[in-house]
Amino acid sequence: MTNETIDVATFEDLKTTAGDDFVRELVDTFLVEAPAMLAELRDALAAGDAERFRRAAHSLKSNGNTFGALAFGAMARELELGGLAPVQQTQGAALAELAGEYQRVAQALAELARA
Amino acid sequence: MREGARRGARLLLVDDNKVNRLLLARNLELQGHQVAAAENGRVALDMLRRESFDLLLLDIEMPEMNGFQVLEQLKGDLQLRDIPVIVTSSLEGLDNVVRCIELGAEDYLQKPVNPVLLKARLGASLEKKRLRDQQKELVRRFATPEVAQDMQESGFALGGKRVEGSVMFTDIRGFTSLAESQPPEETIELLNTWYTLMFDAISGHGGIVSQIAGDGLMALFGAPLPLPDHCGAAVRAALEMLEMIELFDVERAGAGKPQIHIGIGIASGDMVAGYTGTNERATYTCIGDTVNLASRLEAHTKVAGRPILIDAATRTGLGGSIEVEALGPVTIRGKAQPVDVFAPNIGAGELGSELY
Repeated sequence: MTNETIDVATFEDLKTTAGDDFVRELVDTFLVEAPAMLAELRDALAAGDAERFRRAAHSLKSNGNTFGALAFGAMARELELGGLAPVQQTQGAALAELAGEYQRVAQALAELARA
Repeated sequence: MREGARRGARLLLVDDNKVNRLLLARNLELQGHQVAAAENGRVALDMLRRESFDLLLLDIEMPEMNGFQVLEQLKGDLQLRDIPVIVTSSLEGLDNVVRCIELGAEDYLQKPVNPVLLKARLGASLEKKRLRDQQKELVRRFATPEVAQDMQESGFALGGKRVEGSVMFTDIRGFTSLAESQPPEETIELLNTWYTLMFDAISGHGGIVSQIAGDGLMALFGAPLPLPDHCGAAVRAALEMLEMIELFDVERAGAGKPQIHIGIGIASGDMVAGYTGTNERATYTCIGDTVNLASRLEAHTKVAGRPILIDAATRTGLGGSIEVEALGPVTIRGKAQPVDVFAPNIGAGELGSELY
C-alpha cells in the first residue's frame, strides 16, 4: 500500500542522511503544516489570487518530493504550473483530489516514520 | 580570519516552508555548520545587516520578499554584496536558474537538495569566500581605507585608466651584503620592521604600496583615487621615511647592529594605473615613463649621494612648499635627453605655515 503513496527508497534515504528521530519530527511538522497549505490553496482559489495559489502549490510540491510522496508532488506540480484557470473550470476537482491523496500520504508517512 | 570551510561556517538559511527549513538546517548542522534561519527575504536582509554570515542559502518562492528581490538588494548593497549566495529552489525552468546567476548567485541547487551535492557546492563557495576575504585583507593592509573601498567598488576589474600621480621607489642600500653578514632570521625581522615603517609613512600621506620585492617597494600617490597634492604627499612621505630610518638606526646602534640606509626616487606625471595579471592573480600597479623615471632616480641616489631624488614635475608640483636643491641635468638610462634632478633639503623642514 505504502509503495504507491510513498517512494520507500526516497524516504529511507532521508532517514539515513538526516536520522530517524529527526525525520519523525519532520513528518510531524509536515502533518501540521500541510493542512494549512491545503487551506491556503482553497482560499487562494476562492479569492482568485493566482500568486498565492501558485506559491502554496509550489510549497506542497516541494515537501511532497522531499518525503517521496511522488504522486502527491506531481499533483501539486500540475496546480503550480497550470495556475487557477483549469481548477476554476472544474470547480476545484483537482483540489479535492489533492486533499484525498494527502490523506493517504499522511497515513503512510505516520506509519513509515514509526517503523 | 574565519576558516569557514574547515571549522564550520555561519550560515543563514532563508525559506518560507518550515519542512524545507528544518531539513536543510539539519543537513547543514550535520556537516558541522552553524545555522540561523529566516522565513522570508525581508527578515533575512534584516538579519544580514545585524549579524555577520559566511554564506546565504536562499529560497526563491517566498511571500513578502522573494529570492530574486533579495538578490537584487544584496547586489546593490556594498556591505552585503560579497556574501556568497546559494539558491535552493524547486522552481522549474532554466530561465529561473539563469536569472539567479545573473543576479549574482554563486550556485543553484534544485530541491529536494541532495546532501552530498550540497556539501560539495557549499565547500566550494566557502573556499571562494575565504580567498576573497584574503584578498580584501591584503588590500586593507596595502592601502588606506578609502583606496581599499575604491578597489572593492571597482570590483578589481582588470585594465588600466590614465591617472595623474606620483610614483615612489625605495630600497635598502647594501642590502645583499647586510643579509650575508647576519642570520636569515634577523634579516626577515629587519625586513618586517622596515616594511612596517615604510607602509606607515606611505599610507599616512595617502599613498598605497603597490609592489614589494625583496628589500624594495613601489608606492603610488594619486591612484587609484586622485590626490590633490600628490607631489607634496609623496615627498613628505619620503621625508618621514628618512626620519623613521634615522630613529630605527639609533635603536640598531644601541644593539650594536649595522646602520640601514635607504634611497628614494620620486617622479610625477601621467601614467596608466589598474589591475594587471589574470583573473586568478592580479596586482594593482602603474606603468609608463613616470614609473621608469622614478625607478631610475632611486638607483641614481647612490651616485648622487642623496637619499631622496625627485624629477622636475614633482618639484613643480611642490610649488615651493618644500625646499629643494637643483642637482642639474643627469643622463639617465633609457632617456635620450638628460633629466633635471632635484634633492629635497633634509632636515630643513617644511616652508610655509605648518607649525609643530
